[in-house]
Amino acid sequence: MQLFPCPFCGPRDETEFHYGGDAGNIRPDGADVPIDRWADYLYLRTNPKGTAREIWVHMTCGEFFVMERDTVSHKVLSSAALGGEHAA
Amino acid sequence: MTRRYSALSLFKEGLAGQTGWQPAWRSPEPKPSYDAIVIGGGGHGLATAYYLAKNHNIARVAVLEKGWIGGGNTGRNTTVVRSNYYYPESVELYGLAHRLYEGLAKDLNYNVMLSQRGMVNLCHSTAEMEIGARTVNAMQINGIDAELFSPDDVRRVAPIYNFSADARFPVFGGIWQGRAGTARHDAVAWGYARAASRLGVDIIQNCEITDFIIEGGRCRGVQTSRGAIRADRIGMAVAGHSSVLAAKAGFRLPINSYALQACVSEPVKPILDTVVLSPGCGVYVSQSDKGEIVIGGGLDRIPSYAQRGNLPTLETVIAGLLEMFPIFGQLKLMRQWAGIVDVVPDSSPIIGESPLPGLFLNCGWGTGGFKAIPAGGTLLAQLLATGKHNDISRPFDLDRFATGRLIDEAAGSGIAH
Repeated sequence: MQLFPCPFCGPRDETEFHYGGDAGNIRPDGADVPIDRWADYLYLRTNPKGTAREIWVHMTCGEFFVMERDTVSHKVLSSAALGGEHAA
Repeated sequence: MTRRYSALSLFKEGLAGQTGWQPAWRSPEPKPSYDAIVIGGGGHGLATAYYLAKNHNIARVAVLEKGWIGGGNTGRNTTVVRSNYYYPESVELYGLAHRLYEGLAKDLNYNVMLSQRGMVNLCHSTAEMEIGARTVNAMQINGIDAELFSPDDVRRVAPIYNFSADARFPVFGGIWQGRAGTARHDAVAWGYARAASRLGVDIIQNCEITDFIIEGGRCRGVQTSRGAIRADRIGMAVAGHSSVLAAKAGFRLPINSYALQACVSEPVKPILDTVVLSPGCGVYVSQSDKGEIVIGGGLDRIPSYAQRGNLPTLETVIAGLLEMFPIFGQLKLMRQWAGIVDVVPDSSPIIGESPLPGLFLNCGWGTGGFKAIPAGGTLLAQLLATGKHNDISRPFDLDRFATGRLIDEAAGSGIAH
């Protein structure tokens, strides 16, 4: 069992977390967004081999956050509350 | 020199002291250019090369494999062959693969050990039985064999299932496909490799793609760990690593890579002569010809390129297995492993030209690529040879993510991802 660090609750079992997609994938805004841009936002993924910046949700506390992780070694590099590009 | 495999050649070689056998495929040095290059020496890549030579008379073809052939997902799956899908597009695709599998050993002159022992997808409630009836109807309308099983039918094909009164997942019936079964996964890779090599295809192992050669906006070849190799038509069938190669070619795909685990027990005497899948338990089981119980389940929950699984998923799978078959409680697991699979939002594959002209895709098969190998190879070969889709591959083009014509088999046939 791997432990993931929730920025609010500290280290918890991996089974308490759910993957939420690429960090920085911002929903396009406006009435004239071209179809390819929508497809890009909805479906295309960076899916890197190595360091990945991802959105995760800690289902126990319900908070979303950004986790940096290595997708080969599964090592967690950082974990932080949402901010910057994802700030509401 | 023995070239053709047969009972007679086996007998002759036995008399001659086994001295006439040849390596099953050649291992030539890469040439500087080919008519077509196939990246990835798994089942799909090798099948593509074989059908390019056989169906389209294009034999100046190289298969480039970064490791050894059949060493990725082709050697890591649970060997199930079936075509019990819901949407007509999927039925055409997997139906083609299933039919080709049935003639494959003869076509390749290589025993792929196809065993059509049947497969039952269990239904655990009246609601699941209604969905089961809908699936059976859809399959029959689309021309695929299917039968709705009663609890007695399930008991007949899988008497060791947990039929006790307090079972967590009681059996209300099931979806039966009699033509489904298993095949020897390594033999599929080796059979295609041997047959392709005999038609002139160069199979080049330990040859990793480092970059694409792009000239005038078209893909004109690849840089590899063994030098530059050029071709005007390049196909890639590199499941698990499709996004990594796409990034080198300058585009993104609608794919996340996940680990899919499987495990086998120690070999035991024959006890299960069919494939049993329980959606409730999240597990499917068969017994290999060697006697091992082959166990598969759902995806790991964490995007990953590590070819090993995480413990919580394995725990879920084993718990489900013991719920289905309490008799397996004494079994010892012998091996556990994982393959990295391309997971696509609609659980259907991607076949077609990539955003980089000249580079064609065969990817996104999720957890079900093995059963589709002959179709994936046939369709990618046609794309490479003609530049045009077959009617069967057209719906699976990458453009469906912009047009919205998704083929959602997760909803259609209940694929668990």
